[in-house]
Amino acid sequence: MSKFLNTIIAATLLASPVAAEKLGLGRPALPEEIAAWDLDISPDGTGLPVGSGSVLDGEEVFAEACAMCHGDFAEGVDNWPKLAGGMDTLNHDDPLKTVGSYWPYLSTAYDYIRRSMPFGNAQSLSDDDVYAIVAYILYSNDLVDEDFVLSNENFLDVEMPNAGGFVFDDRAETEYSTFHTACMTDCKETVEITMRAAVLDVTPEEEGTDAPAAEEAAAEPAAPAFDAELAAAGENVFKKCKACHQVGEGAQNKSGPVLTGVVGASVGAVEGFKYSKTFQAMNADGAVWDEASLAAFLANPKKYAKGTKMSFAGLKKDEDIREVIEYLKSQQ
Amino acid sequence: MTVSFKGKKASRRQFLAGAAAAGAGTVAASAAAAAGDPLITEKQIWAQATGDGVDATPYGLPIEFESDVVRRNVEWLTADTISSINFTPIHALDGTITPQGCAFERHHSGAIELTKGDYRLMINGLVDTPLVFTYDDLMRFPRESHVYFCECAANTGMEWAGAQLNGAQFTHGMIHNMEYIGVPLRTILNEAGIKPEATWVYVEGADASSNGRSIPMDKALDDVLVAFKANGEALRKEHGYPVRLVVPGWEGNMWVKWLRRVELTDKPIESREETSKYTDTLEDGTSRKHTWVMDAKSVVTSPSPQSPITHGKGPLVITGLAWSGRGAITQVDVTLDGGKNWQVARLAAPGQKMALTRFYLDIDWQGEEMFLQSRAHDETGYVQPTKAQLRDVRGLNSIYHNNCIQTWWVKSNGEAENVEIS
Repeated sequence: MSKFLNTIIAATLLASPVAAEKLGLGRPALPEEIAAWDLDISPDGTGLPVGSGSVLDGEEVFAEACAMCHGDFAEGVDNWPKLAGGMDTLNHDDPLKTVGSYWPYLSTAYDYIRRSMPFGNAQSLSDDDVYAIVAYILYSNDLVDEDFVLSNENFLDVEMPNAGGFVFDDRAETEYSTFHTACMTDCKETVEITMRAAVLDVTPEEEGTDAPAAEEAAAEPAAPAFDAELAAAGENVFKKCKACHQVGEGAQNKSGPVLTGVVGASVGAVEGFKYSKTFQAMNADGAVWDEASLAAFLANPKKYAKGTKMSFAGLKKDEDIREVIEYLKSQQ
Repeated sequence: MTVSFKGKKASRRQFLAGAAAAGAGTVAASAAAAAGDPLITEKQIWAQATGDGVDATPYGLPIEFESDVVRRNVEWLTADTISSINFTPIHALDGTITPQGCAFERHHSGAIELTKGDYRLMINGLVDTPLVFTYDDLMRFPRESHVYFCECAANTGMEWAGAQLNGAQFTHGMIHNMEYIGVPLRTILNEAGIKPEATWVYVEGADASSNGRSIPMDKALDDVLVAFKANGEALRKEHGYPVRLVVPGWEGNMWVKWLRRVELTDKPIESREETSKYTDTLEDGTSRKHTWVMDAKSVVTSPSPQSPITHGKGPLVITGLAWSGRGAITQVDVTLDGGKNWQVARLAAPGQKMALTRFYLDIDWQGEEMFLQSRAHDETGYVQPTKAQLRDVRGLNSIYHNNCIQTWWVKSNGEAENVEIS
């Protein structure tokens, strides 16, 4: 290219750097690295792992790993997504969009569950477990029978009810041709209020600016002694728990109970939380959370309390367990 | 000696009470007439003692008197705060650049902490050589800087069925506008060598939600930026530190945070976020997909429900924001009477492509009730529609892409309310 042309191009691009040449940055990605990260699955089945799972297995895995948010029958708990139902509601006032009623591709369900679920413990399920969960969700939507087994081989045979329910963005045709006029004067004769947000009253209140927080804190009984440094480290570990458990001021029961003051408290005693039968029984037996019992539970929740609703797989490092317990001790 | 000047900020209710009475400006004026303003006639502590030394705050936060200018959450919207959204306090900001500290957050699995040292970006799929870059590698590519708005597709989404949330922060605060510094995605893709059959890129984040979106190659090669700085400093944790994608003019969900992988493909992946979410259901039950562009939109930020008129009659500054995902804002109209008559507002600066534009209308307010609205025009000739126009095409169930004209009912006492009008 001549110098003259270069000058013209540089002038035209102004601030844009000219980067047609490769710079030789980065390094080749290794096949095992690509395999570890490239997990996405396309509607045509590209990326599906070899494997299978049945509705019946799925029911069990779902109850353990998913039901605390999505409900035993995929009907959803609180504001968590409903995964089943809602057939033929898409043109209703309040459509219920579930995997069955709305999702156009089954690949999306497998892809999302394998990569991003369960919430707070993503990518902890085996490929077969994911097949089983997807099979159970299909069953919950009355799309397959209870003896159905989903595998990479029959995956594309499943028909999703709303597969044909989508059109590509058509705003250019349906809207842009109309939305281009602007009346400036005498555009209408009357203006009447038809709806008021203040009447509906769903806007969050402004928080009070007078904060007697310090006085409140001083009035509370002295908290049990804890190692501040260890507790600070535990706060970081507690991030793993936060998806389901809250502590501190304004804490509320979520899919797990509030953990403020849990060290030294009776097992299964948080008011308003619906405990598993296991925890109800432990409560009746007078069990108390001390450091030893918490450590054992956190190391392997399902082993320590078979039947617990807690889907968390457990903390692998003793150090993490020590730290998070210290943090919980600081939360009184 | 260091003195802390503890002021006490009036609550919103006190503001409203003041506005209802007479207006703070009027009160101050009459006090001055009587005996002189004590703030002037008496020596004030801040004019005698010294203030904080230079290192009192190594990284400064806004002064405590501005502590109400913060992001806010609407609890009933989502099941918990880890997969949720909050809102930029646009009612209290001016200019166009959003400070990072109060720019709205949207997480699908919480804001993670990822160091620059642990950061990796993989380019794979239909390329000549799949590549891995470190953060330091990215710093060696030629950079660009651009100001762009980032708007969640669900901004104003709660208003489809009617006036719901009483405040510009809540109706329009899923938006921010920053100056980004980064490397064009095309530069990085070029480094790996784009195969001719590659027509899409699939971009994915490093957090547990592993949020992923498919973007057509034309856009990827046009203006998409792999950004590591915003407003002059590193991205904040909640905005994807150390690296996020910037997809100018397109819905915020595609601006993948903690960007870890770009896969070149010959078709969209149809991930959860581009099928079950971020698709727009129409009245007949069919849904639009691939609705990426954010159409032209505007809102009066003050006066508004959280920013009432507190000064009584006389000069009033009406101000707001306008933006378009399809180019630059060319004009903003404002009406005081609910759309009977409109006047052209003054733009603080000529509109920039896919960036917020600030507008002003300076009026002499005589305490009359107003139905305030603003209406944006962009360079394509598009004019922001009314809610009725949008509903005629889409019905009430679209959730996303509500760019309708907003109405604030400003009462004679200066208070404002979110309403719908005929």
